Amino acid sequence: MNMNYTAEELAFRDEVRAFLDAKLPEDIAAKVKGFRKLSKEDHQRWQKILSEQGWYATHWPEQYGGVSWTPVQKHIWDEESCRYGVPRSIPFGVNMVAPVIIKFGSEEQKQQYLPRILSGEDWWCQGYSEPGAGSDLASLKTRAVREGDHYIVNGQKTWTTLGQHANMIFCLVRTNTEVKAQEGISFLLIDMNTPGITVRPIITLDGEHEVNEVFFEDVKVPVENLVGEEDKGWTYAKYLLTYERTGLAGIGLSKAALTHLKQLASRRVKNGKPLIQDPTFSQRIAQVEIDLMAAAISNLRIVASVEGGGVPGAESSMLKVRGTEIRQAINDLARRAIGPYAIPFAEEEMDQAYDGEFLSDPDAAPLAAHYFNNRKLSIFGGSNEIQKNIVSKMILGL
Amino acid sequence: MDFRLNEEQQMLQDTVARLVRGEYSFEKRLEYSETELGFSESFWKQLGELGLMAVPFPEELGGFGGTGVEVQSVMTELGRGLCIEPYLQSVVLGGGLISQAGNEQQKEQWLAGIATGETQVAVGLQEPQSFYNTNDVETTAEKAGSDYVLNGRKAVVIGGHSADLLVVSARTSGSSRDASGISLFVIDANAEGLDRRSYPTIDGAKGCDLFLNNVKVGADALLGNEGEAADVIEYQVGRAISALCGEAVGVMEVACDLTLDYLKQRKQFGVPIGKFQVLQHRMADMMSELEQARSMAILAASVADEPQSDERRRVIAAAKNVISRSAQFISEKGIQSHGGIGMTWEYNFAHYAKRLVMINHQLGDDDFHLERYAALLEAN
Repeated sequence: MNMNYTAEELAFRDEVRAFLDAKLPEDIAAKVKGFRKLSKEDHQRWQKILSEQGWYATHWPEQYGGVSWTPVQKHIWDEESCRYGVPRSIPFGVNMVAPVIIKFGSEEQKQQYLPRILSGEDWWCQGYSEPGAGSDLASLKTRAVREGDHYIVNGQKTWTTLGQHANMIFCLVRTNTEVKAQEGISFLLIDMNTPGITVRPIITLDGEHEVNEVFFEDVKVPVENLVGEEDKGWTYAKYLLTYERTGLAGIGLSKAALTHLKQLASRRVKNGKPLIQDPTFSQRIAQVEIDLMAAAISNLRIVASVEGGGVPGAESSMLKVRGTEIRQAINDLARRAIGPYAIPFAEEEMDQAYDGEFLSDPDAAPLAAHYFNNRKLSIFGGSNEIQKNIVSKMILGL
Repeated sequence: MDFRLNEEQQMLQDTVARLVRGEYSFEKRLEYSETELGFSESFWKQLGELGLMAVPFPEELGGFGGTGVEVQSVMTELGRGLCIEPYLQSVVLGGGLISQAGNEQQKEQWLAGIATGETQVAVGLQEPQSFYNTNDVETTAEKAGSDYVLNGRKAVVIGGHSADLLVVSARTSGSSRDASGISLFVIDANAEGLDRRSYPTIDGAKGCDLFLNNVKVGADALLGNEGEAADVIEYQVGRAISALCGEAVGVMEVACDLTLDYLKQRKQFGVPIGKFQVLQHRMADMMSELEQARSMAILAASVADEPQSDERRRVIAAAKNVISRSAQFISEKGIQSHGGIGMTWEYNFAHYAKRLVMINHQLGDDDFHLERYAALLEAN
């Protein structure tokens, strides 16, 4: 039983801190810590800095330009970057499609796409969900029919995160309707500028444009854009989902959000005293901090097990449920902490550049919207109910 | 980072597991519970003979020099067997208080007997009005020459019905709930003026309330400095909470196993009830609670022997809060998943369920520890 980092791991943590102290732009960190909107330019500026450091592709082998961190090092990076207010990296290119291309793609695909992901030239988005295929992803209907050297793609994808910025999309498409649902799916890489593709915004309940619908009408996709074999896409998709699930518990993000909450509750006043000293509110904070403490150890136990050669299994599913519930609980408390000022939707105050007078606390404006936005946490990446199905099947054998 | 037990710790846990498997069938437990002693004398002796009661004591005093991790290894297996022997009270709390605060002579006098099981200790830190607050002490110890005379009542002393020695807190100065002015005394169970009202506990053990009517003890019965026992008690209760977390994890593991088995065996509507998603998700929730509890038990063990600090206080309070809630959750959801059979005396699950809820009532419940944690909240 040993819960401490080794000397090498501590040295790595120092290196990470030194890098973030020196290179993380203050304006970006302030936006992240205050739950404010990041622009496409913010993301690209930070990605360039990370790439120059060689720390952008943490899931790739070194031969493709990745960095071979141990699971503990990845964990340290996650903890520190959340604490510092590093923007969450847009995972679709670097952490999702790239590992699939590396594992299942052709040599040409590797050479064509991987460098462009590293350099930020390509912005990828994910074409998985459809209006009729959410949790039951294998029921997807977007059709790809082979005609000569092309696939002709017709159908609709939805919940496409930041698709408005993307120039590439990876899609699960149906290439065979004669077999079991899972066996007729293929994995296609599609240029968003191809004629026949339309992107339409979906505005979420917080007024935000984060997700989109993508329509495909007779879209011609060259056959060399097929990853691996035709009809084997489900296997690749599942491989990708294991990457998606790691880190979905967001322990580091919850820690940062809790720090933000406690600072906010120290400034807010109730009955003439700081809110953090209010008997009811302090106990609410205490309860979520305690639950986060337990989840953080559960997370470390998974990290240590992977470091020791284990494979993260359904434990990650349990932690995803727990971690997202905790983060939602923190968002809930932050919204409560500003009392009636949760009600005004003061968009101008959500802008980091705002220099006018604040209605209440300078951090208040985005909190209610952020709370609503993060209801997504228990829905995406496999809804929490799907995670419980996985636990019940994989761990419990039910 | 490595969360596994080392080889020695694993061997220790295996030793306890073997002993429990041999001695503790469900039927035997019911028999032990109904004896006058209230637990198994032979099992108690074997715990001593195998050195398991010496685990937390320093090596120079004949102990094993074990840490919170070793104590938890023992407690987890005792929990799995739902053992009713007062190991926590006699070894971890009683022996622990003497080991921590006693002078050389007192340690020599008592620890050897405790480590073999010859001497059984019970500890009275609570009073009818104290509601888990160990500083709320109204029992008095007045000086009479070089002696002390104790008067008052100690509440819910588990194992107190059969103990050879009693360690009790009493006020030598100050007023009720003051941290200063509390002292610890070791009292012979046969002392004059000591009365007990004994009772079985709802979870199968035995205990008593202690009534102290002019109980006279010598100065050599005072453990540690007069009036300075509050910190000693708080520290040792921290270790006991860590140990109790270990027990709770063992009880929860079996409770989850039993429930899962039942979901697979019990058929309704022509299928095992575990095919129903509402029961699957509840079972997944129970497993998730167990994982949280395991994590907090590990964390509690890691601070159990550290010097006192607000960080240690926070972790101990957090651990007891999480463990208590997980235990009650698994108890209630487990009964529900079993349906009627989970309500019956003759089925072992019900006894695990009772123990799980009563763990919440030992050493402070989840509300008590949430309040403690909230009082220690840092702004950053």
